[in-house]
Amino acid sequence: MKKKLTTVAFQGTKEQEEKLLAVIEKHAGQRGAMMPILQEAQEIYGYLPIEVQTIIAEKTGVSMEEIFGIISFYAQFKLNPDGQYAIAVCLGTACYVKGSGDIIEAISQKLNVPVGSTSPDGKYSIEATRCIGACGLAPVLTVNGEVYGKITVDDVDTILAKYQ
Amino acid sequence: MINVKINGKEYSVAKGSTVLEAAKAAHIDIPTLCYLKDINEIGACRLCLVEVAEMRGPALGPWRMVTACVYPCTEGMEIKTNTPKITASRKMNLELLLSNHNQDCLSCVRSTNCELQTLCREYGVTSSKFRGEVTESRIDDRSPIIRDNSKCILCRRCVATCAKVQEIGVIGANNRGFDTYVGSSFGMDLADTSCINCGQCIVACPVGALYERDDTDKVLEAIADPTKHTVICTAPSVRAQIGECFGYEPGTDCEGKMVAALKALGFDGVYDMNLTADLTIVEEATELMGRIQNNGTLPMITSCSPGWIKYCEHYFPEFTENLSTCKSPQQMFGAVVKTYYAQKMGWDPKDIVMVSAIPCTAKKFEVGRPDQSAAGVPDVDFAITTREVGRMIHKAGINFRALEDAQFDEPFGIGSGAGAIFGATGGVMEAALRYAAEAILGKKLEKVDFTEVRGVEGIKTASYKLGDLTVNVAVASSTGMAKKLLNMVKAGELDVQFIEIMGCPGGCVNGGGQPIQPASVRMNMDLRAVRAAVLYNDDANETLRKSQDNLAVQKLYDEFFGEPNSHKAHEILHTSYIKRGLY
Repeated sequence: MKKKLTTVAFQGTKEQEEKLLAVIEKHAGQRGAMMPILQEAQEIYGYLPIEVQTIIAEKTGVSMEEIFGIISFYAQFKLNPDGQYAIAVCLGTACYVKGSGDIIEAISQKLNVPVGSTSPDGKYSIEATRCIGACGLAPVLTVNGEVYGKITVDDVDTILAKYQ
Repeated sequence: MINVKINGKEYSVAKGSTVLEAAKAAHIDIPTLCYLKDINEIGACRLCLVEVAEMRGPALGPWRMVTACVYPCTEGMEIKTNTPKITASRKMNLELLLSNHNQDCLSCVRSTNCELQTLCREYGVTSSKFRGEVTESRIDDRSPIIRDNSKCILCRRCVATCAKVQEIGVIGANNRGFDTYVGSSFGMDLADTSCINCGQCIVACPVGALYERDDTDKVLEAIADPTKHTVICTAPSVRAQIGECFGYEPGTDCEGKMVAALKALGFDGVYDMNLTADLTIVEEATELMGRIQNNGTLPMITSCSPGWIKYCEHYFPEFTENLSTCKSPQQMFGAVVKTYYAQKMGWDPKDIVMVSAIPCTAKKFEVGRPDQSAAGVPDVDFAITTREVGRMIHKAGINFRALEDAQFDEPFGIGSGAGAIFGATGGVMEAALRYAAEAILGKKLEKVDFTEVRGVEGIKTASYKLGDLTVNVAVASSTGMAKKLLNMVKAGELDVQFIEIMGCPGGCVNGGGQPIQPASVRMNMDLRAVRAAVLYNDDANETLRKSQDNLAVQKLYDEFFGEPNSHKAHEILHTSYIKRGLY
């Protein structure tokens, strides 16, 4: 998957930065420390924007590109924060066969937010997920964890209307 | 030693050899694409597939396909390098590579010197039978180093060179699967990263995905313009490389033919940059002695290599005061031509087009740096690589091999042996020592060879006693080695007064603008040593071996600059640096 680059302005706090520095300090000198550092950094910030990657690069001496290479390789690392309303559409086999591809496309167009990114105002994020284990309800999507099953493209407006 | 059988014949090979190395010792070529000796040995492209059977107890085990570049030989192993099964696999892998490769070979800069093209020709792969989606890409051409990922085969040779040899790591693999591409953090252009433009990635690339900005059309336009005085000076290493563009063996000295070819191209003057290498030595060694006498910032570090300079500015900004303020020989040349010579000839510096031929891509960046315009216009207008020089000569239909040797033009035609060896790691150091030793001892040197600083090792140190003064020196080539050396200096582990650093491993003879030799040649030959030998040979055969004895340099001081490090010399021949920092 091609990762969508960060679209939301960075709003990190001093407190978050102190936490991050403590994490880097904790893993100093440890082999293979980059994965745990990135995981913990994502817990602190919710995502890994360039500002956070720069701090990690400067403090660990690992190049920015190597860090970005890791982040863009693993699906679990996010370059965009979840929106106020985090929409996740299942593109697992069952949902996909039942038309979830059209649904995610429709949502993306209606909100004008590319799949895999967050609207610049931070309100919506759209993510394509692997199978979430609700194939009986296919096609399925979640908004902030609330599940909507057996939906069609026509249902999209009604669902989105709840999250204005 | 262990015993193996290759294609039915028995060989004894060094323990720990890979199958590829064993085959090489047996004079059998195994094709490779991602393999680059000592730099990238990852078994990724799967072109080096061979069949092996290993001893399992007393008997031979089953035949298996392995990648020769990483698979170690074992006692009693049998290897087949050329079976129908192997050929079919290699062919299929080439077809798969082509299915996602821009086959714009006609206009590709690497056509006829492309490792992929060569293999496709050898294996009879004319097009791919696989058709489908193609990875999206764009061309990044904002820096002197251009990346066209539509040609990239993801071999990682550039990535490994950048990260492991130069220890810079501004390029790497982003995303995963079919979307994988080689690029920089957040997809940034190289121009926005801490890339130093050394061009080692270009030299590592087996295909046409990386190349330098081509300035030859602009140069040819200038030559054709009767209102311009278009002159060229050639760096020390170009004469040791240019022959390779015309089928000569690496390590052939083609100075005379090179000069003849440049004259045939129509330049109004063809000059020797060895002269300003000498001028650099006089300025730089004088600066060094001044710093030693006046408790200036030490160790002083050489400033000839623009790749190293940008590296220092990004990665070791605390050392920018240690850099000699001398411009590089290229920039000094342009500065001298556009001030002294323009005045002498009554030319407006604006009407001079100064071209330099250099084995370097970072020089293309250097010409645009601030504080490099002694006459109010850029000292040098175009810096073209050895490859571009070769291309211009080819394009003009000049039969290089048939040319009679010619001489550089006056008044910039004389260079000393000390200037010649600038192109090899340790050369600037040796040239400076030849000057400093005479200046400090106050008498003629009998032995001008300082062999301790010669050779291709990454870091060299030496100590010389000159009268009452002990001078400790260190030499590093490649920014990876520079990093190691500077960290030693920072940690107080190394006490030296003078350091020579070249951005490329082995110095300019192995620069990013050199003719590109395929991995198969680089596996058998150390280009750094072979080409450096040309320069040391030139030096040994010169009667003029010290920069200070160069009459052309003396004339410049007599007629124009006064004395070394004079106010005028500072204005014209020296420059300043920027603390860039990393991100």
